[in-house]
Amino acid sequence: MSNEVGKIIWISGPVVRARGSRNVGMLELVEVGAERLVGEVIGLNGDQMTVQVYEETAGMQPGAPIYGTGLPLSVELGPGLLQSIYDGVQRPLPLIEQAEGSFITRGARFDSISREKKWSFTPKANVGDAVKGGAVLGVVMETDTFEHRVMVHPDDAGTLTWIASSGEYTINDIVAKIKIGKEEKPVTMLQRWPVRRARPFVGRRGANVPLITGQRILDTFFPVAKGGAAGIPGPFGSGKTVTQHSIAKWADADIIVYIGCGERGNEMTEVLQEFPHLVDPRSNRPLMERTVLIANTSNMPVAAREASIYTGITIAEYYRDMGYHVALMADSTSRWAEALREVSGRLEEMPAEEGYPAYLAGRLAEFYERAGFVDNLNGTQGSVSIVGAVSPPGGDFSEPVTQHTKRYIRCFWALDKSLASARHFPAINWLDSYSEYIEDVSGWWREKVGKDWLEMRNKAMELLSEEARLSQIVKLVGPDALPYTERMILETSRLIREGILQQNATDAVDAYSSIEKQIRLLEMVLYFHERGMAVVRRGAPINLIHDLPVVDTIIRAKSSVTNEEIHKLDDIQKAIDEQMSQLDAEYR
Amino acid sequence: MSDVTVLGGQEVVGVGRIEGPIMVVEGASNVSYDEVVEIEDSRGDLRRGRVLEVGEGFAVVQVFAGSTGLSIDGTRVRFLGNTLHMPVAEEMLGRIFDGLGNPIDGGPEPLTDVYRDVNGQPINPTARIYPRDYIQTGISTIDGVNTLLRGQKLPLFSGAGMPHDQLAAQIVRQATLGKVAGAPHTEGEEFAIVFAAMGVKNDVADYFRRSFTESGALTRVAMFLNLADDPPVERIVTPRAALTLAEYLAYDLGKHVLVVLTDMTNYGEALRQISNVRGEVPSRKGYPGYLYSDLASLYERTGRIRTSQGSITQIPILTMPNDDMTHPMPDLTGYITEGQIVLGRELYYAGIYPPVTVLPSLSRLMKDGIGKGRTRDDHPRWGAQLYAGYAKTQDIRALASVIGEEELSEVDQQYLKFGRAFEREFVNQAFTENRTIERTLEIGWKLLSMLPKGELTRVTLDEISQYYKGDDATS
Ligand SMILES: Nc1ncnc2c1ncn2[C@@H]1O[C@H](COP(=O)(O)OP(=O)(O)OP(=O)(O)O)[C@@H](O)[C@H]1O
Ligand SMILES: [Mg+2]
Repeated sequence: MSNEVGKIIWISGPVVRARGSRNVGMLELVEVGAERLVGEVIGLNGDQMTVQVYEETAGMQPGAPIYGTGLPLSVELGPGLLQSIYDGVQRPLPLIEQAEGSFITRGARFDSISREKKWSFTPKANVGDAVKGGAVLGVVMETDTFEHRVMVHPDDAGTLTWIASSGEYTINDIVAKIKIGKEEKPVTMLQRWPVRRARPFVGRRGANVPLITGQRILDTFFPVAKGGAAGIPGPFGSGKTVTQHSIAKWADADIIVYIGCGERGNEMTEVLQEFPHLVDPRSNRPLMERTVLIANTSNMPVAAREASIYTGITIAEYYRDMGYHVALMADSTSRWAEALREVSGRLEEMPAEEGYPAYLAGRLAEFYERAGFVDNLNGTQGSVSIVGAVSPPGGDFSEPVTQHTKRYIRCFWALDKSLASARHFPAINWLDSYSEYIEDVSGWWREKVGKDWLEMRNKAMELLSEEARLSQIVKLVGPDALPYTERMILETSRLIREGILQQNATDAVDAYSSIEKQIRLLEMVLYFHERGMAVVRRGAPINLIHDLPVVDTIIRAKSSVTNEEIHKLDDIQKAIDEQMSQLDAEYR
Repeated sequence: MSDVTVLGGQEVVGVGRIEGPIMVVEGASNVSYDEVVEIEDSRGDLRRGRVLEVGEGFAVVQVFAGSTGLSIDGTRVRFLGNTLHMPVAEEMLGRIFDGLGNPIDGGPEPLTDVYRDVNGQPINPTARIYPRDYIQTGISTIDGVNTLLRGQKLPLFSGAGMPHDQLAAQIVRQATLGKVAGAPHTEGEEFAIVFAAMGVKNDVADYFRRSFTESGALTRVAMFLNLADDPPVERIVTPRAALTLAEYLAYDLGKHVLVVLTDMTNYGEALRQISNVRGEVPSRKGYPGYLYSDLASLYERTGRIRTSQGSITQIPILTMPNDDMTHPMPDLTGYITEGQIVLGRELYYAGIYPPVTVLPSLSRLMKDGIGKGRTRDDHPRWGAQLYAGYAKTQDIRALASVIGEEELSEVDQQYLKFGRAFEREFVNQAFTENRTIERTLEIGWKLLSMLPKGELTRVTLDEISQYYKGDDATS
């Protein structure tokens, strides 16, 4: 139980100062005021402590008590996390709604995971086993298809002295006992973990399996590896959220953790209403069943926004530890950085750039370092991939959050205002973006689709950068000044842009492209280019190529050919053949 | 929500320091953070303020009406024991209030015992209903390509001297519940309107009042006016007061409420002023680091909730300093709202009304409120096509300015014609013209028919055969 450790002497928004015990720990979770609002100690100086409060402080007075808990800010981990929606400090929003109505009032306290729900536990370890942190003691089906592995707490190791037989248990029931030293420790399915501490693993592995997202510009052109980190910066309205939603829907991860960090309420509602009705193509179950949502919207308390990122990543690591692939989306890391800045400002700390505290870069590094493809303590392998949205003021990428983020990610998906206003979606600029995972994942592609993805991808990129150069010339002197071979490059590049790079997230067919479809589309466009080049070299005028009926068919193929009927692309290829051969014959 | 204001509390005579609209009061105990204070000057006149920071034996107080005339010894400060609350009632529709919510139309105080905290509380995301019902504004550039939905926040980004007030007035006058194209006309449900003016000139407020009167809407409008010559700090409260009433009307009484906030740029300036006086570390252009969170605490008070029939739709108006969209006010607004309608100088000088620049404008929620069963099946693709066509026109215009129009290919020339017609026939409409969604779609198809069919890759072939009216014979 908590006891009083001090009294408030100063209040400014989410930050309070108190005087009292010298035994309060840095980053200790405390309860503030008679309403016992949740807070965290972020500074100590003699008998004074500085606390950031995760709830609204209006109405609070100096003199009010602060209670210590002796524990750091932690999350609850166990079966029942999936399909949940929490605020930034893991309070279950549906229960708050049930109890308090449509508006979030303060002081509401609920268990993060249901204590009543029974889970059907199957033991997987035997009495007498030497078990260490991460060891799997048993499993429960958290959803119809998802096996949740009940693990020994990472800090524990000992001998299993008792294990529950198969049966129904709540997360508070003892399901095992472990002898640690002289003591026998009861184990339940519920673990607590301090959010600011990364969960341990044995070692990192190379990240050479791509996280397949079904988004062509990502998978085909700028892939992120499982266990990798990607940043998606862009001005407002350029497509950060839509892209993150698309990845959350279609990525081939086992678990999705989606953090709405200081963004819109309606966007979270959209996920809540949509995901239960969308089917995960891999498990055939509603997408919601593999998803955990953290929603700390822009108008919710700013300190809890700061915590939301850590709450999310800790949950992600927990599932990774079981041997799963987890993808985490954080929308937007800039709002998280601003929360840091807001609290820092109230503390009157010396600012570094643009008012941000000097420790901004360090915090960003800590966060992105928690991504990784790892060997777990229990011998399994798992990964946490991070996709962080960045919202630079005025769309200016030279600002501190974008710049520091770039240091810790290896995949940069640069959204571009002018593409967005031309309604070229996803508005990811192919010349400004990069992925450092390309070489790493090329082996996977070769094995998986048996075609040289890397070569085709590079060929397409080459055409696109040629296009950029040629467009400059066209802008100055018009297209007619270019030789047909160069205009052929422009024709093909248009096909790449409109037929491959553009992908409509709201179109039922186009929203998700299987990798087979992606590679076939690319192959087809490059084939078109090769044939077209041959024909124009022979002197056929470029407008004949431009006007070929098959051009329109190619551009429409992304949404007219479903993932299940890729063979129809063969017909299009045949049409290319016929129409090109005809031109070929005419100009032979 | 608490329904009472606790009056009374302690009184302190004399203050320690006064700087701009901020004063430091010493010797007070039991003061709460964010508490309301009543300040009495040496002549006995009253003004109000709010506690911004509280420590042992001192409180930093922001004085809404500013500190002019306050003296160190002659000022009395009464701490009222609660955060700022205001009365809310249906009968406030048809009335005019000052920026703090006091009646200024000569009428009585609203008779009610329902008081609400002007700061409101965040809507639980699980309690929201995602907006899906479109509002027909009768304006093609909105209904057609930037559709507004009930429960959406969609600002007007404008610049000094442009007709944003007219456009807002036209939206308010014409807005009705959207209906499916082709369905028989039904009387639209009427919106309640909450209008908040922050630092605008008197004639702007007057313009709106006249416009509400002329359209017979006045009885459905509550106006909160903080005008250019009113105390700037009061502006911090004005939108909060307006939204507090809006929430009551929408979520307690089930009304559909349209909130117009103008001019948010003045609001931001007031915030900046207070922040500077307090010596806070600024972020961009002197604005405080919490500008985003502060704006979000206003704009997020929009939407629909499951326990009520009502809705709040917001149309904030911003005049962009220097027409610069990267200025912190429009920038951070754009990061919070669900799109933006941008007015442009070029169109304005060309005599186009409303001068909505379609390319940078966007309604994020549009996709969920249009199409089959909502407006018309082809609407989403039609919109994308019109948009793409107009975007291409811009590129071709740039090219034409270099090589000359005659040098353009035939197709490019058709685009130029399309672009001109788009501005004159689609964007341009009379202040009094209220177009149905069918009419808007029809004009759009007429324009698209000026282009060869092969250019129309965003619409389906079926749609082309149904709606295309051009003489392009190719298929
Ligand atoms: N892949 C896509 N397909 C179709 N439309 C898209 C796509 N990406 C973006 N859009 C359009 O762009 C709009 C803005 O996208 P989004 O909301 O993701 O922007 P954002 O970058 O998250 O902006 P903010 O920073 O303000 O949150 C969407 O509402 C949608 O209309
Ligand atoms: Mg977004």
